[in-house]
Amino acid sequence: MPMDDIDRKIINALQGNFPIDDRPYQIIAQQLDMSEDILLSRLERLLNDKVLTRFGPMYDIQKLGGNFSLCAICVPEDRFSEVTEIVNGFSEVAHNYKRDHSFNMWYVLATESTEKIEQTNQQIEQKTGLKVYNMPKLQEFFVGLHFKA
Amino acid sequence: MDDLDRKIITATQSGLPLVKEPYQHIAQQLDISPELLKQRLTNMLEAGQIRRIGAVPNHYKLGYTANAMSVWNVPDHKINELGEQLGSLPFVSHCYERPRFLPEWPYNLFAMLHGKSKEEVAQKVDQIVSLLGDHCAGYELLYSTQILKKTGLRLTKK
Repeated sequence: MPMDDIDRKIINALQGNFPIDDRPYQIIAQQLDMSEDILLSRLERLLNDKVLTRFGPMYDIQKLGGNFSLCAICVPEDRFSEVTEIVNGFSEVAHNYKRDHSFNMWYVLATESTEKIEQTNQQIEQKTGLKVYNMPKLQEFFVGLHFKA
Repeated sequence: MDDLDRKIITATQSGLPLVKEPYQHIAQQLDISPELLKQRLTNMLEAGQIRRIGAVPNHYKLGYTANAMSVWNVPDHKINELGEQLGSLPFVSHCYERPRFLPEWPYNLFAMLHGKSKEEVAQKVDQIVSLLGDHCAGYELLYSTQILKKTGLRLTKK
């Protein structure tokens, strides 16, 4: 279903801070001048249609004592779906993107410890027979951009 | 993170329930009071363990179909200054220094660029090229062609 102005209002409003309150949807609904029921049913549809991929708390694994890292693999095109299945099968893989480059698979590992990054990548190398390039951030200069719907 | 935090994380990492009293709903599942749950979430938010509570849009579906990871080869001794400059551009969503892998991967500065067309992204790249000037020894754009997975963090239950 195509997005309308109400959907856009909801998406833009929910990228900020959702209240920790007994009736948080009601608070947002009031700000957006709509009923709580409409907000909830719209939100459900946006999630079902995958316009929103998630709605809830975004945890920072590093602040929780874990770690994450961006990793890349040069996957031969004829093995791409097989390797995707192997890599996505690890629960530590939080995101995975295909990119148009010889380094064509880029995934983010989120693990409960720094050692687990190395261990998971070793397992991925064993299962795929391919070299994993582990590229953890050395410095962060900026993170954050709201996508205006 | 203690056991209760961990339980709260595993109960909420895939999302908040779409019911009028979502925290009450989760508290009931965890067999704790809603007040305790709200307090723990507030604490984790204040400690930065929760970055924010909100929605993650699929930027493709919002019309941002040109999403490039731009990677740049800049001198290591200039990385702080150049990284700060790139990171402050309004169209850069993430900017990081990452390790090189020579010879096949010479790039040490990563900036994510998002646009509604490749032409729009190309204009942004031009701005970065002129900003970096002689300090840039090479760059590439890696456009995403498919989201293979996007679940976010998943802690497993202990």
